[in-house]
Amino acid sequence: MDKNEERDILRIENLNVRFETEDGVVHAVNGIDMKLGYRKTLGLVGETGAGKTTTALAMLRLVPNPPGVVECDRLEIDGQDVRGMSASKLEQVRGKEISMIFQDPMTALNPVFTVGEQIAESIEIHEHLSKEKALEKAGDMLELVGIPRQRANEYPHQFSGGMKQRVVIAIALACNPKLLIADEPTTALDVTIQAQVLELMNELKEKYDTSMIMITHDLGIVAEVCDDVAVMYAGRIVEQGSLEEVYGKTMHPYTEGLFNSLPNIKNRQAMLKPIHGLMPDPTNLPEGCAFAPRCNYATEECKKACPALRNVGGTHMVACVRYEKDPNFMIDRRKQNG
Amino acid sequence: MADSKEMQLRASKLYKKRSSFEMVWRQLRRNKGALLGLALLIIIIIGALIAPIVYDYDTDVIGMNVRERMQWPSARHICGTDDLGRDIFARIVYGARYSLAVGFVAVIIALIIGTALGAAAGYIGGVFENIVMRVCDIFSSIPSVLMAIAVVSALGKSTANLMLAVGIASTAPFVRVARAAVLVVRGEEYVEAARAIGQPDWKIVIVHILPNCLSQIIVQATLRVGSAIISAAQLSFLGLGVPAPAPEWGSMLSSGRLYIRDYSYMTLFPGIAIMITVLSLNLLGDGLRDALDPKLKR
Amino acid sequence: MADNILEVKHLKKYFKTSRGMLHAVDDINFTLERGKTLGLVGESGCGKSTTGRVILRLLEPTDGEIIFEGKDISKLSKSEMRHMRKDMQIIFQDPFSSLDPKKTVSQIIAEPIIENKIIKGKLAREERVLELMDTVGLAERYINTYPHELDGGRRQRIGIARALAMEPKLIICDEPVSALDVSIQAQILNLLKDLQKKLGLTYIFITHDLSVVNHFSDDIAVMYLGQIVEKAPAEELFDNPVHPYTQALLSAIPIPELGHQRQRVQLKGEITSPIEPPAECRFAKRCLMCNEEVCKKTVPQLIEISPNHFVACPLKQKELGFNV
Repeated sequence: MDKNEERDILRIENLNVRFETEDGVVHAVNGIDMKLGYRKTLGLVGETGAGKTTTALAMLRLVPNPPGVVECDRLEIDGQDVRGMSASKLEQVRGKEISMIFQDPMTALNPVFTVGEQIAESIEIHEHLSKEKALEKAGDMLELVGIPRQRANEYPHQFSGGMKQRVVIAIALACNPKLLIADEPTTALDVTIQAQVLELMNELKEKYDTSMIMITHDLGIVAEVCDDVAVMYAGRIVEQGSLEEVYGKTMHPYTEGLFNSLPNIKNRQAMLKPIHGLMPDPTNLPEGCAFAPRCNYATEECKKACPALRNVGGTHMVACVRYEKDPNFMIDRRKQNG
Repeated sequence: MADSKEMQLRASKLYKKRSSFEMVWRQLRRNKGALLGLALLIIIIIGALIAPIVYDYDTDVIGMNVRERMQWPSARHICGTDDLGRDIFARIVYGARYSLAVGFVAVIIALIIGTALGAAAGYIGGVFENIVMRVCDIFSSIPSVLMAIAVVSALGKSTANLMLAVGIASTAPFVRVARAAVLVVRGEEYVEAARAIGQPDWKIVIVHILPNCLSQIIVQATLRVGSAIISAAQLSFLGLGVPAPAPEWGSMLSSGRLYIRDYSYMTLFPGIAIMITVLSLNLLGDGLRDALDPKLKR
Repeated sequence: MADNILEVKHLKKYFKTSRGMLHAVDDINFTLERGKTLGLVGESGCGKSTTGRVILRLLEPTDGEIIFEGKDISKLSKSEMRHMRKDMQIIFQDPFSSLDPKKTVSQIIAEPIIENKIIKGKLAREERVLELMDTVGLAERYINTYPHELDGGRRQRIGIARALAMEPKLIICDEPVSALDVSIQAQILNLLKDLQKKLGLTYIFITHDLSVVNHFSDDIAVMYLGQIVEKAPAEELFDNPVHPYTQALLSAIPIPELGHQRQRVQLKGEITSPIEPPAECRFAKRCLMCNEEVCKKTVPQLIEISPNHFVACPLKQKELGFNV
């Protein structure tokens, strides 16, 4: 193994996930490559149905089968091949090496156990500590996320939404995972609480040297917590790169469309420029670029073949035919940003 | 201009209107148990319908034939004959008419009373709901056969009273199901939207709430027909149901029980008939529940 | 004299709970000019949706006046209210639960027309349904589909068409885009804006999304636990927020830009319970500026600190030289 590869916590090559249902085959994820360095945070951005959550579940091997079928050439977490892992080995990896925070804190906690017990449970399993020691550590974890340790004996319904999400974060971080996958962790929360939770996650990430994948539809959150960004559309990554590259030198028309759909807080007169049309039906993806039917820059060329993700300098990758044909091609956002 | 509008109207009507029946059928088709239940039920119903054509009631079903009494099943009498020499198969087929009629009519009575009360309780709430539900609790705490016995004893012995008795005894579950369903649907935003456009309450219940509770009520009804048939058979067994000599399955069991040691077929076949009918209804009911429950849909 | 379509005075809505009265909406006052949009912002549980529903009398107000076009509708009987309904409509948040799953698109849109006998005759009515579908950008081929066959954006368009069917003057938009994806969200926001221009509609726009409300509203009222804490024209509110809660809210918006630096206004502590709240500033427990002497004495009143800019913070009012 060469040194370069060792530095990645996560390596995925050619990940495909499809769901075989009665109504047809849903192509949820179509050939995704992903690489995440230690202590890095990747923002996985896209709309409903883009395949963000499915990608994350595939990393944890949590895609239900049937109907889900996962295929990939490589899936390594911290240098370990996860693909052929036995169920018991997998359980060790989940929680200890990689753990996940789900969107809804209301359903992620078991209502019949105290929050202390729930945090202690995963510590007990993964760190082989006695019950008392685990509960002790659970108290530490609660303090870490800003909840007084006396509240460890309370039940989830006694906590507010923001507090519950803190508990969920405490559970996810209890065993110092090397990789944390957060699936829309703040969508169910109010803005002021969201700000606090994001801040907390930023702090903890630094403290524990955790790498993170932040799944979100909110470009503002990405700007706040992520180093790298991958934009997904119809199960593919259409643009990828560092935050500076994707936000500062946006290249893909879909990414531009996302930015244009957001109200500009500094200029309230600015008209919104929504992306017209709808996301394609994942059972029946178009032959060429999946975004072509909604794209203002689309040409005949775009409808023919699906563009591959190509490097355009630095770590910046984009999947758009127009750049292949014309190196000087520019989308409007680029022209404005100079 | 007007012409083109009309053309468009016509064109848009061509767009396929998918019925909910089709969708339920698609779900149901996958469930083998439910299909079996449906097939059995259809056979039983067809049997009950053509029974008067095949058999003559007076001679084949209730006419005594002492020479052929107590015959074990044979090619001539495939289920044997009873103590009065009547062909048991003919009586079972004819008896399906009574059992199905009592079962369905009783459930329809229960459904109408129960759904109306349950829906009103769910929508109105407050004291009215409390009273209805407590009465419901009292009804459910009395065994349904006991209750039916009380009703039949009070009203007198007849097929109509049997239906009424079984119907009243199975009302409580409908009140519960209807109320629960209405409570869920009442909170939906489209009910609020209907109020916002100025629809009066009674209309909201009929137009928006009940159609959306219907699936749960239908499932409940299908499952209840089975137990209503059993209740009716029990009452007839006790001599409180359909009066003799009508070939009701419960009374056939009752008359056969005297000979159960030596002529067990006399109770076996009516018993099997009850079992198959109730089983087919339960299979179908379970299948319908799975097909209609949106949470189980993939 | 401004042409006010709606005036709300001392509006209150309390709910009975086992632990006492829950003050969901507690003494709210505002006026709304015809053709304008008032944004009602706040976090979950602040009573913004309840306010919308009480104004429409979908919930009965506990106290106060709702003056719609010069007429107090808060005391109208049920049947009198039914006649008023065609002037005021609502668009719901959840495009999945706001449409009856057993009805087709045309039945849903036609229902208000039939109910209020606006258009007689089947053909004329269907023509109107098609016209409405066209107005909200729904292709005609969907006329006989059921809502569950359509996506969130299209469903929301059906909801808008249903609201427009009665040609209302005031529409309350209760988080109309929160359940939608960003690209679809922008489509619906643009549609609502176009409709306002075309039909001269007045909106009350209820949302928790500050960037959306900034884009969409003329005036913004910020609510906290059943009360309006600050109200000002959108630009003024964003440029010069005065109430500490407004400041905290604004500073919490994640901005999708590179290197956006900001001073985040910190909040502390637990939220005051809306059940039988004490007579003090309800934000006091979370406010870092809270001064026991001033903030915990009385319930703060909304005072106009500069033209059209109202604030209910006793500390700031004092700072600016008002008598509290």
